[in-house]
Amino acid sequence: MKVFEIIGGSLIKMSETAGGLSLLFVETLYHLKDISFKDTFKQMALLGADSLPIVAATILCTGMVFSVQTAKEFVELGASSTVGGIVAVSMARELVPILTGVVVAGRIGAAIAAEIGTMKVTEQVDALRVMAANPISYLVVPRFVAIICMMPILVVFGNLIGDIGGWGVAHYYAGISTFSFTNSIKTFAEFYDVLGGMLKSCVFGGIIAIVGCYKGLNAPNGAEGVGLATTASVVLSIILIFVTNYFLSILIYV
Amino acid sequence: MSNAISIHNLTVQFGKKCILNSIDLDVRKGETLAVIGPSGTGKSTIIKVLTGLLKPTSGSVKINDEEVCCFSESEWDNLRKHMGVVFQYSALFDFMNVKDNIAFGLRRHYKVGEKEVKKQVEELLTLVDMSGMEQMMPSELSGGMKKRVGLARALAMQPDIVYYDEPTSGLDPVMTMNISKLIRKTQKTYGVTSILVTHDMESVFVAADRVAMLYKGDIVALESVDTIKNSKNPIVQAFINGQEVTGEDKNEQ
Repeated sequence: MKVFEIIGGSLIKMSETAGGLSLLFVETLYHLKDISFKDTFKQMALLGADSLPIVAATILCTGMVFSVQTAKEFVELGASSTVGGIVAVSMARELVPILTGVVVAGRIGAAIAAEIGTMKVTEQVDALRVMAANPISYLVVPRFVAIICMMPILVVFGNLIGDIGGWGVAHYYAGISTFSFTNSIKTFAEFYDVLGGMLKSCVFGGIIAIVGCYKGLNAPNGAEGVGLATTASVVLSIILIFVTNYFLSILIYV
Repeated sequence: MSNAISIHNLTVQFGKKCILNSIDLDVRKGETLAVIGPSGTGKSTIIKVLTGLLKPTSGSVKINDEEVCCFSESEWDNLRKHMGVVFQYSALFDFMNVKDNIAFGLRRHYKVGEKEVKKQVEELLTLVDMSGMEQMMPSELSGGMKKRVGLARALAMQPDIVYYDEPTSGLDPVMTMNISKLIRKTQKTYGVTSILVTHDMESVFVAADRVAMLYKGDIVALESVDTIKNSKNPIVQAFINGQEVTGEDKNEQ
């Protein structure tokens, strides 16, 4: 019986979270009409621009590793002219959007949950409400729009950095010429590959913002509650990003 | 005198736990009503219901003759523009300075120019004796200063009703007296109706006109400040004198 109780309890909790997230998403869409551009630009600078270095470092290393793993083998197989394309396409379609999502979830999603969670436990969210300022339009909408706008920019930047990393390793480690590498990119990669990655990143950005805000707004009381909300926000965002990525890949590329 | 707030048969329950048990309470226009009682008796819950932060389980709440229990969030927002709340822990926005905290409501709800905002903020800071501190951040303020900025913020939109949730908790006796006098001054200057939730009797005697004593979710006494000092109610006497309420007191009551 205890097993059923545990399973039932978990299912109820999961449905509660799913319902809460969906409701917050719909409310956020409804309150888009109240958007404050000043707050949104502020959030874009905070959430997007400040993430560039960490996104760049992560994706540069990934591009280099990917090239290390493929370049030498492909040269031995006589397929060195395909390395650039393979690196660029896989970076554009999967690696850059998903890694940017994970990095932003860890950095920004956590920051959002911690900031709003602290506001909630110190009654600042209640203060907003009693001053007739809807917390969703004041706190959630600017963050939601800011991340959705900044993610594709980060992804374009990430593609550039990842390809540069891949080229560096392919050129200096495997001896593939710059012409061969870039020509391969031109042959295999299409603009649609990058566009698909940008679209995916918008969805991931929406997930990060909604999950971070939801966990913050529902943080249990006390410092421990804020810590729990922050951790839960990162874990849930990353899981949802990976699950959504599978369906988006099928939808966009298959 | 007509009532600004009328509470009738108000019940608030969390699961099986009854926080407010069918209480009746009227607050007259322009008066300050203190709600006293031991911790955990539902004092702050009344403020949460009156500000729309908590939906009651049952009962009727009228604010300015309007039934508010079935209000939508946008109807509440319209009403909240005429309310001010001073929170127990001030609840100042920690990412804004003093000026922006006070001006928050003005900027958001009224098309007021920055010159007018500056003037009003200065006036309010003078009222709470904090002139020249516009640029300070909440983290740089002491507990008493935070409470005073909280009061200035609550008054910024010129409310008809102000709710004070434990405004003197955690303050030294001098600051407690200052805040209590400020509450009285606010009532006299602006003619606001106030509900003061506290368990600090010194504050009650300075700031309030009438007192309601809440005990385990029931209102056990509702009297003027002068009469409550000599109340025959054993629960009230025990509370005023800082003694624990015994079973005997309850039976006597």
